[in-house]
Amino acid sequence: MESKPTYHRGSRDGKAPFKGDPLDGIKPYYDLIVIGSGLAGMTAANVLGRAGFSVLLTEQHYNFGGMATWFKRKGGHIFDISLHGFPFGMKKTCRKYWSQAIADRIVPLESITFKNPQFELETSFTKEDFTHHLVQTFGQKRSKVEDFYQALRAMNFFDDSGETTGELFERFFPGRNDVHRLLMEPISYANGSSLADPAISYGIVFSNFMNKGVYTYSGGTDHFIGQCKRELKKSGVELRNRVQVARILVQGGRAHGIEAIDSQGQRHTIEAGCVLSNANLKTTIERLVGPQHFRPDYLEGFSKVRLNNSSTQVYMGLRAGEELPFTTDLQFTSTRERFDSPSLCDKHGESRTFSYYYPKTRPGSDRYTIVSSMNANWADWTGLSDAEYEADKQRLIEDTLCCLERSHPGIRSKLDHIEAATPRTFEFYTQHAQGSSFGTKFEGLAYSMNLSEEIEGLYHAGSVGIIMSGWLGAANYGVITANKVDAFLHSLVNSPA
Amino acid sequence: MTSEEIITAIKDIIATIAPDEELVGLDTAVPLRDQIELDSMDFLDIVMELRKRYGVQVPEAEYGELNTLDGCARYLAPKLEGKELKLVNA
Ligand SMILES: Cc1cc2nc3c(=O)[nH]c(=O)nc-3n(C[C@H](O)[C@H](O)[C@H](O)COP(=O)(O)OP(=O)(O)OC[C@H]3O[C@@H](n4cnc5c(N)ncnc54)[C@H](O)[C@@H]3O)c2cc1C
Repeated sequence: MESKPTYHRGSRDGKAPFKGDPLDGIKPYYDLIVIGSGLAGMTAANVLGRAGFSVLLTEQHYNFGGMATWFKRKGGHIFDISLHGFPFGMKKTCRKYWSQAIADRIVPLESITFKNPQFELETSFTKEDFTHHLVQTFGQKRSKVEDFYQALRAMNFFDDSGETTGELFERFFPGRNDVHRLLMEPISYANGSSLADPAISYGIVFSNFMNKGVYTYSGGTDHFIGQCKRELKKSGVELRNRVQVARILVQGGRAHGIEAIDSQGQRHTIEAGCVLSNANLKTTIERLVGPQHFRPDYLEGFSKVRLNNSSTQVYMGLRAGEELPFTTDLQFTSTRERFDSPSLCDKHGESRTFSYYYPKTRPGSDRYTIVSSMNANWADWTGLSDAEYEADKQRLIEDTLCCLERSHPGIRSKLDHIEAATPRTFEFYTQHAQGSSFGTKFEGLAYSMNLSEEIEGLYHAGSVGIIMSGWLGAANYGVITANKVDAFLHSLVNSPA
Repeated sequence: MTSEEIITAIKDIIATIAPDEELVGLDTAVPLRDQIELDSMDFLDIVMELRKRYGVQVPEAEYGELNTLDGCARYLAPKLEGKELKLVNA
């Protein structure tokens, strides 16, 4: 298949111009080649580099980190894309697979708020506080709430009952749309899931989050990725950005390397003991490997795997010297009377989140930014003329400002930078099919996990199946896959030549 | 390795993975998860360390054998036969 080096694509968004050859000095063979430096790709690379294997980590963008990223704008602004919050478990994951210093920077959010026509409340998202709200604010029996938690914890991946999340809520809190909203809204923003998705996926993610509160990284995404890069180098991982992987090489049912394109458009073949793709699962199977290498029934089943939704964001930077009194770290807002899942993806919808970044985000800085996020559908943002696209972006910005003005009157006059990202932006930067923010729906997980049974030496790790997404889900999935890769590479060493 | 050595080997691996856990006085017959905070990711780490330190492969279907220290000793005895104990946290 003909694939052009995408980083030459002319775009208003633009990518950094090239200097030098990104594949200069590359070795002809690595034990493992990782395609993509998202949290799953990076974490797997670090674990396996540390274990003593030769690892090449390739990334088509000039930054490492995938969706865990940031960007800078004139006026001293730094915007974080996906640093809104993650579960406490991230601390342990960072300590074990990255470093104690990284883990030490993981700190709790102080305040999470909800504001909608059904309720307004503040919570720390700890179990005590959340239970308190369900009992006091929503008048639910404590025993019922305990039973609900118990049911979530007892859910077993291997014997899924087929119940949907909506059915689960109805079983415990019948007719309480407001309770369903409290339970679902944050998780929908965290991983794109909806009331129609399996209760099991909800159970796993909710139990992770609603435990010890919601956490963030003190220092900002730029600091986090900088630390990860340092660790990767210490682990002996060869890091190469601006390398577009065009193909995964497969021969006789066995993955044995990659074909990459350098800045001059030259194709390079690099051999490997095995390949781990952190690219979107659809992209990996359909484009990087190609359908001809899979069994028809695997492909047939895979064709039914749905991608998860994409996102829009609006980034707002306060002018140097302006301040914003602390109100909350993360707010879920909506003007819709009742909660339903599909409307969270409405193009010009009424529901959005606001993340407030105070100077504490980057200790030593005195700057403030606000990032608003919405879930979004790819289809709503494609097929537009340039003028329509710009107008829609402008409307998104305007709607967001109107909403923000309600809680922060006069905020407009304090801003000196504002811009929007759409599903097209996410697709452009990550090359994920349809700008998917959270990989695939639940059914994709099995195809990701069983990839190596279809093609020997080929593995996938990255946002997939709802439960393996988010910073924590992706990082842990990287480790789960690293363990399989480790077993495979050991078996290569130990099998007689 | 003897049973005692295998238990020492496992405890040494756990000490690397979960440095804050108290490992003295663990009951070898009781599931590790009931005595210290070990999640499924920690068990993966144990499996990976066994592979790294001793070249031992534990197939996914057999992870359950490692639930207790006695189980580890029993299950790993043939796999660790003739291998030398390697301690990192001694
Ligand atoms: C708007 C938004 C907000 C979010 N907020 C949060 C949050 O607050 N908390 C949280 O925990 N999670 C959040 N997430 C989700 C989280 O960011 C992701 O789930 C996680 O970062 C995904 O990691 P990943 O390993 O799946 O890979 P990705 O981050 O998707 O990275 C994949 C990488 O592969 C590279 N790549 C793809 N194809 C190729 C190729 N052919 N050659 C070379 N490189 C390639 C891409 O450039 C990319 O860098 C958010 C996501 C979005 C979009």
